[in-house]
Amino acid sequence: MPFIPHTALDEQEMLGAIGVPNIDALFDEIPENLRAASLTEVPAGISEMALQRLMDQRARIDEVDLSFLGAGAYEHHIPAAVWDLVGRGEFMTAYTPYQAEASQGTLQLIYEFQTMMTRLTAMDVANASVYDGATALAEAMLMAVRANKTNKSNRIVVAGNLNPNYHAVCQTIVKNQGLILDVLDYDPNTGCLLGSVEAALDDAAALVISYPNFFGGLDDVDYLTDQAASADALVIGVVNPTALALIKPPGEWGARGADIAVGEGQPLGIPLASGGPYLGFMCCRQQFVRQMPGRIIGRTVDQTGQPGYTLTLQAREQHIRRGKATSNICTNQGLLVTAATIYMSLLGNEGLRQVALTAHSGMNALTELACQIDGVTARFSGPVFHERVLALPVDASLVVEKMAAHGVLPGLALGDWVTGMDHCLLVNVTETKTAADIDQFARLLAEMIEEVKATC
Amino acid sequence: MLIYEHSRPGRMARAQYVAAKGVSSELANDLGAHVRLSALGLPEVSELEVVRHYTNLSSKNFAIDKQFYPLGSCTMKYNPRGAHAVASIPGFLKRHPLAPLANSQGYLSCAYELQNYLKDVTGMQAVSLTPMAGAQGEFAGVAMIRAYHQKRGDNERVEILVPEAAHGTNPATAVMCGFVVREIPVTKEGDVDLEALKAAVGPRTAGLMMTNPSTCGVFERQVQEIAETVHEAGGLLYYDGANLNAILGKVRPGDMGFDVLHMNLHKTFATPHGGGGPGSGPVGVGARLAPFLPTPTVGRDEDGTYRWLDQNDIPDTIGRLSSFMGNAGILLRAYAYARLLGAEGMNRVGAYATLNANYLATSLEKAGYTLAYPGRRATHEFIVTLSSEAKHQQVTAMDFAKRLLDYGYHAPTTYFPLLVPECLLIEPTETESKAEIDGFVAAMTQIRQEAMTDPTLVTTAPHTLPVTRLDDVKAARDLDLAVKVNA
Repeated sequence: MPFIPHTALDEQEMLGAIGVPNIDALFDEIPENLRAASLTEVPAGISEMALQRLMDQRARIDEVDLSFLGAGAYEHHIPAAVWDLVGRGEFMTAYTPYQAEASQGTLQLIYEFQTMMTRLTAMDVANASVYDGATALAEAMLMAVRANKTNKSNRIVVAGNLNPNYHAVCQTIVKNQGLILDVLDYDPNTGCLLGSVEAALDDAAALVISYPNFFGGLDDVDYLTDQAASADALVIGVVNPTALALIKPPGEWGARGADIAVGEGQPLGIPLASGGPYLGFMCCRQQFVRQMPGRIIGRTVDQTGQPGYTLTLQAREQHIRRGKATSNICTNQGLLVTAATIYMSLLGNEGLRQVALTAHSGMNALTELACQIDGVTARFSGPVFHERVLALPVDASLVVEKMAAHGVLPGLALGDWVTGMDHCLLVNVTETKTAADIDQFARLLAEMIEEVKATC
Repeated sequence: MLIYEHSRPGRMARAQYVAAKGVSSELANDLGAHVRLSALGLPEVSELEVVRHYTNLSSKNFAIDKQFYPLGSCTMKYNPRGAHAVASIPGFLKRHPLAPLANSQGYLSCAYELQNYLKDVTGMQAVSLTPMAGAQGEFAGVAMIRAYHQKRGDNERVEILVPEAAHGTNPATAVMCGFVVREIPVTKEGDVDLEALKAAVGPRTAGLMMTNPSTCGVFERQVQEIAETVHEAGGLLYYDGANLNAILGKVRPGDMGFDVLHMNLHKTFATPHGGGGPGSGPVGVGARLAPFLPTPTVGRDEDGTYRWLDQNDIPDTIGRLSSFMGNAGILLRAYAYARLLGAEGMNRVGAYATLNANYLATSLEKAGYTLAYPGRRATHEFIVTLSSEAKHQQVTAMDFAKRLLDYGYHAPTTYFPLLVPECLLIEPTETESKAEIDGFVAAMTQIRQEAMTDPTLVTTAPHTLPVTRLDDVKAARDLDLAVKVNA
């Protein structure tokens, strides 16, 4: 019992005070036939030292030298100060800030996070996070249907170039409430949505645009937003926070801007860590704030008039409104919000801009090198942000396998993800990749393509 | 002071710049009209300013590492540093979620073993680790109940029954899954009203969601009759694992007759709450619901290779719930916790959590406090009601809670469950010592005295924190949710 502090004497005194002979007697209200549990699968306990050794061994199995995998989770440099601060017990082992006076640290930090997210996205308000990018989008869909007062449709038009996992998650979450997701096709040459979307938007509550899209491409968000506006459909933008240091924020799309902006906050100082915990962010127009799910922090004053922070608009939430709440979400991703806030503070405007620009130019350099390899081309035309689909002359999954054996993960083979893309590889470059890394990628890619060709 | 108030144009944390000499904007020329022209609006501060600002902010928080935190139904137990350390090994932190299987066997082996441990401690047949918090676990569970009935063509089952003492997430989840909620009353002994339940079940019943021990801090003694009643009516039984800590190693939900459950690993398996998250809410199911588990789960092939199981393996799955595979880093911490405790340690969790709660309940009763369910055994938590104090001294449960903060104790859960007036729901957990509990009782004794002799001292508390009570009405009326630009 590694964390139970009771001495035999403590136990005896406590049982005496309660007036029972032993601990088992405290379970006397549980029917006898239920008290049987014996664990057969859980092994005997081990020491922290033994655990450390075991886990070191397992973690080593998963190590790679170099990775160009993105597809929704991106390897960025995380300043040392970020997790040093996040790891402080005062942040890590605090509960949800329901007792505001005892939680001003967390509450003020979330208020600062909300500020940074509204500025990055150019939206009016932000919440204190939901689970991840995909669930943020699902919540945004449910929110859009509640918020669209001019169009009572339950149909959502979704960009066909959205991350397929996001689409799948939304399907799981919104179908039980009768929402219908219609897919908007993309141009097979550009990977971007096809020209006219007017007909598709007829009687739709909202349009979902991914910027960048799953292939790294940049759709014409101004045009799409204006089209949606004239069709009385709300616009939900799925955005990458790093990209927003370089490309147009959702609040500035078209004549009126997007209505809801969501995305994956992982690039903001959160390690890849096998896919989570990450952080889903949600921002919207002021007029929709009461339809927003999740916690929201407001600035107010205390009894002496000095400023302080508290959870507000709680009548939207399940612990108050129960079955009539905007969502069932309770626990969110608070600690990751802490990481993202500190990350954004450390990078500042110029730091984040440099990260985005370096990633962008690195991707362009990689594309140029890779396309010199015989049979390798950029699958789609048009500009991208830090991620691109390369078409290979051979099955991409075989190339991935071979490059991985050399310690390099070249990207995501799209065969299992998008029909007809067996030869396609989705490659990401961030600021962490040097010119030498990119050279190594191109050299190994050329070699492995030859190897695959030779074995086919 | 806000981080923005430290900001000065041109100040920077230069070590965090990719290129000290700057990066040319011309590199974005190919982006044309996509380029952002407006300012980013992030603060401009030095690295020391950031470190000092957030260190100072952290000191304004109560936390388990600093204080006894007896928050009912939240299981604020010690979060072992060893579990955090192993989840932070670089090989785990750097593993991309879509890495090939050959570069994933380390992580997958932990996840696979954790699935098995969770099956074992809950008595269920199969587990999916993907739900990212308790509420998402609930969603997965109720969605599986819906899928089960639909698969059988049993489409009339539109109601989910929920005892009135339930967490707010239960009815909110049922509605999210497209069901109508019907509340079942609770008797004055804290049990589900069995007669009312019998009258409520029928061909419209999809299932019942239940927490056991309940949020009243007592074990639902008639759980087997309840299970029988719901099953006979064709409904399924959902176990809300919020209070699993109470019975860990003593009773298993699967043995009680539950068909599906979620666990809160951030409670029972000691992963940190992080100031509001992340959580992790794996679901466990019996044989009937196994075909509907959310994907992906982890399987092991005959050659010992671990791999993801997806829709090809679980064709009737309710689907995906996260961008990748759930809160993997939290799962690693829970795995580490399970390995540190082992079977022997697991068996003691419920025992000592219950010992501490009963000792604390007895001590508070001796100090003059009124227990909401005096004839009952406390489980891992119990309720004190302050109706009499509120009536006679005009000192409410909230006042007691706020005054406790002055004594250096986090407040218990207040005003929940809703059916007990002026209540404090108190959960000490197994990792607190007798001395810590005695200190808490001494503070409660003192506050009770203050309420009688100097009630204003209590009703205006806290007096020693960074702020006094906050104006929540103003917060909601004059919404200020972000620093105004140029402020």
